[in-house]
Amino acid sequence: MKKEREIEVEKNIRRCKEDVIFDVIIFVILTVLLLIVAYPLWWVIISSVSDPKAVSGGQVVWHPVGLTFRGYLEVFEDDLIVRSFLNSVLYTVCGVLVNLAVTLPTAYALSRDRFSGKKIVTIFYVITMFFGGGLIPTYLVVQACGLLDTMWALILPGSLSVYNMIVARTFFKSNISEELYEAAEIDGCTQGRFFFQIALPLSGAITAIMVLYYGVGHWNSYFSALIYMSDQNKFPLQLVLRSILITNEAALQQAATTPEAREALNAKKELVELMKYSLIIISSIPVLVLYPFIQRHFVKGVMIGSVKG
Amino acid sequence: MKTKGKQTGSIQPRKRSFLETLKKDWSLWTFCIPGIILTFIFSYIPMYGVQIAFRRFNAKQGIWGSPWVGLRYFQRFIESPYFVRTVTNTLILSVYGLIVSFPIPIILALMLNSFRHKRYRKVIQTITYAPNFISTIVMCGMLILFLSPTVGIINTVIKSLGGEAINFMAKKEYWRHLYVWSGVWQGMGWSSVIYFAALSGISPELHEAAKCDGATKFQIIRYIDFPSILPTATIQLILSCGSILSIGFEKAFALQNDLNTSVSEIISTYVYKVGMLDNNMSYSSAIGLFNTMVNLVILIIVNKAADKMSGTSLF
Repeated sequence: MKKEREIEVEKNIRRCKEDVIFDVIIFVILTVLLLIVAYPLWWVIISSVSDPKAVSGGQVVWHPVGLTFRGYLEVFEDDLIVRSFLNSVLYTVCGVLVNLAVTLPTAYALSRDRFSGKKIVTIFYVITMFFGGGLIPTYLVVQACGLLDTMWALILPGSLSVYNMIVARTFFKSNISEELYEAAEIDGCTQGRFFFQIALPLSGAITAIMVLYYGVGHWNSYFSALIYMSDQNKFPLQLVLRSILITNEAALQQAATTPEAREALNAKKELVELMKYSLIIISSIPVLVLYPFIQRHFVKGVMIGSVKG
Repeated sequence: MKTKGKQTGSIQPRKRSFLETLKKDWSLWTFCIPGIILTFIFSYIPMYGVQIAFRRFNAKQGIWGSPWVGLRYFQRFIESPYFVRTVTNTLILSVYGLIVSFPIPIILALMLNSFRHKRYRKVIQTITYAPNFISTIVMCGMLILFLSPTVGIINTVIKSLGGEAINFMAKKEYWRHLYVWSGVWQGMGWSSVIYFAALSGISPELHEAAKCDGATKFQIIRYIDFPSILPTATIQLILSCGSILSIGFEKAFALQNDLNTSVSEIISTYVYKVGMLDNNMSYSSAIGLFNTMVNLVILIIVNKAADKMSGTSLF
């Protein structure tokens, strides 16, 4: 017995040596990955509060240089940016409400075994996952409905995401049992009342997941607005960001003839560069501030979704 | 029993129960109505409206009144120089993207799963998931800022090492790498969630048994962890193959500029330009429809192949 145990211990030690090397390799790789992901984010944060000269001069590496919040103040004074920020908030809130009103009842109905339309309605939705009219026919329909340049053009066409609906359906199926409804039914409860007064209060988790999935989607998208919106006052934030960060439409192109004008122009250029960093932070704040709290729900959503493949 | 069934008649009670279920179902059908109406308007009517791809659309006569031209627009697309260019660009971009961004999340999940320090693992997960929630515009904006020849940090490093500043966004040979690797940066953590979930479902007894038999950590990954996430990986692979020709518009368009269009013009950006900017509705719809059909065919083929090879399939 004793000998066997010694052999066992010896084995353990040998195995540990191999595994230690393996552990170290994994530790190093993961740490490198962590830095690759984290550093750009960190750099944007420190650049947004640094002196623009230091940023463009490459002095900002690990920490802010010449701390300043001018970029942020400047962003808040820009009417277009503030307005588009508020627009985005409005579109996201309304959009999510419509998404919920459409997705949750559908998902609930499809999760009921007794529902006679289960199969046909599921097919109805699955077809849209693999086939669609495409950009122009959809645009023409939106136009025909008179939705161009209204927020409904951003909200109604994507009001039900089939993937999200399937996630919610899976949740209802495993969490709201048919027996529960049968019990309520005996007491005279209708399906509608059951859904609103019993099923929904028990489904806080899935409601949170849906709010987050749809919410982040609305907040981050720019394609629909690019197509359907032409009035600058109605632009969501991402579209305004696009013109500042990507197409560089800031009015800097005017020729500077006198040295003073050139200096003023340079100062303005630097300020615009600084504003870019602050804008990135500000536009990501609603999502990133919530992120530590919502990450858990997001992961849960992926897991519920993966059950059904 | 037999006589009883005969006596009551098979028609009456069945009919009643059918009516009953319909009555009960009625409320469930009402639940579906808002979704069905909206999906019908914004998905099914456009599907029907896709026939403008076969008509010469003009605003006066509308979709239903414009004259039929058959496959003319499809022919025009296939014969135009943009056909080869956009299809090749789309294919290269998505195949390159698939080859790189499909295995990396799997490797990441396997590494995270075998990593023992729980708290550090949590930190790594939290941070690598974060870029997924940044918008496309912000991500592309950051990329452009980093690579800027004047203020970008990458070029600052190159210059301080004695090199010359490179205008990355203007050089078409870098564009595909930038597109794909920035996608890896943004999506790798989040895509690993699904594999990580599958890995945490493996019974710990399997790992313990393997350890008792003297398996090294690498062997555990190779012979237990990896095979058990293979079905998940297959499904993911089928899904991404199904959308091989439908790379999202948002990122490619955001990273596009006049100097790199020869590599960055993909089908979806071309559809947008032809339809929305040039107002050539029928031609644009034809290209879009062509794209959808090819996707559908690829999806069916890949699904069949996966079914034959591994027994895992979507439908």
